[in-house]
Amino acid sequence: MPINFDRALGIHDDALLLRTRRAEVLANNIANADTPNYKARDIDFSAVLSGQVDDMNLNQAVTSNGHMNQLLEPSLGEDLVYRKTLQPSIDGNTVDLQTEMAQYTDNAIRFQGSFELLNSRFTGLAKAIKGE
Amino acid sequence: MSLSNVFNIAGSAMSAQTVRLNTVSSNLANAESVSSSEGTTYKALKPVFQVQAPSEEQMLNGNISSMAGQGVTVKGIVKSDAPLRMVFEPNHPMADENGYVYYPNVNVVEEMADMISASRSFQINTEVLNTAKQMLQKTLTLGR
Repeated sequence: MPINFDRALGIHDDALLLRTRRAEVLANNIANADTPNYKARDIDFSAVLSGQVDDMNLNQAVTSNGHMNQLLEPSLGEDLVYRKTLQPSIDGNTVDLQTEMAQYTDNAIRFQGSFELLNSRFTGLAKAIKGE
Repeated sequence: MSLSNVFNIAGSAMSAQTVRLNTVSSNLANAESVSSSEGTTYKALKPVFQVQAPSEEQMLNGNISSMAGQGVTVKGIVKSDAPLRMVFEPNHPMADENGYVYYPNVNVVEEMADMISASRSFQINTEVLNTAKQMLQKTLTLGR
């Protein structure tokens, strides 16, 4: 039985990729906390990830042995949404530093979680290869 | 890897906040620099922040990571157009022919608030950088 990496790793590698991208978006919000007229943005994580699951269930037609039935890249640009403002500010900036920092830390912790899961998949594969 | 982009973003914010701190210190240092005419009086300096837009090259390449933004940049530093403080001090050596001395339009309370805000923003960006560093270091141990 050939080992299919996409199947072996499950959703965790995509989750990890998405976490790093979300970290980038949130870091950008925090960096622009004092920029006039900047609107805070975020990735709707569950929406993107459920899209990933849909993609996984969508079996592509395989007409040649070279075709790979792999997950589609989550495109970031389309998934960015503007955050709802809690309080209006005079300079038109919608960044709430506390919210952004909380989200950023939460994202980092969940990144660690995804990482541990992915790592255990890899160690599992390595064990299977060694036959221990 | 988009995590290394977080370094650039947080770094740009830190340098922007440093520029802001520099203007604050300049304003505070010159808060009492008097002059005898309106033109030669020190005026409060204010930095203008702007979102650093992705470069044309990045847009053409359709680089996904650049769509998240590239951090913040200082567009320029403007002089405050608030009215200068004119004080009637005929015995002052810098007084003009009508006995007025011009004080800069620096609002010390405002500058102090600006200073605290800048230092907090700087702090929070170092925190962001640190967390990103930990995430990246963790990724390097994948498969061990």
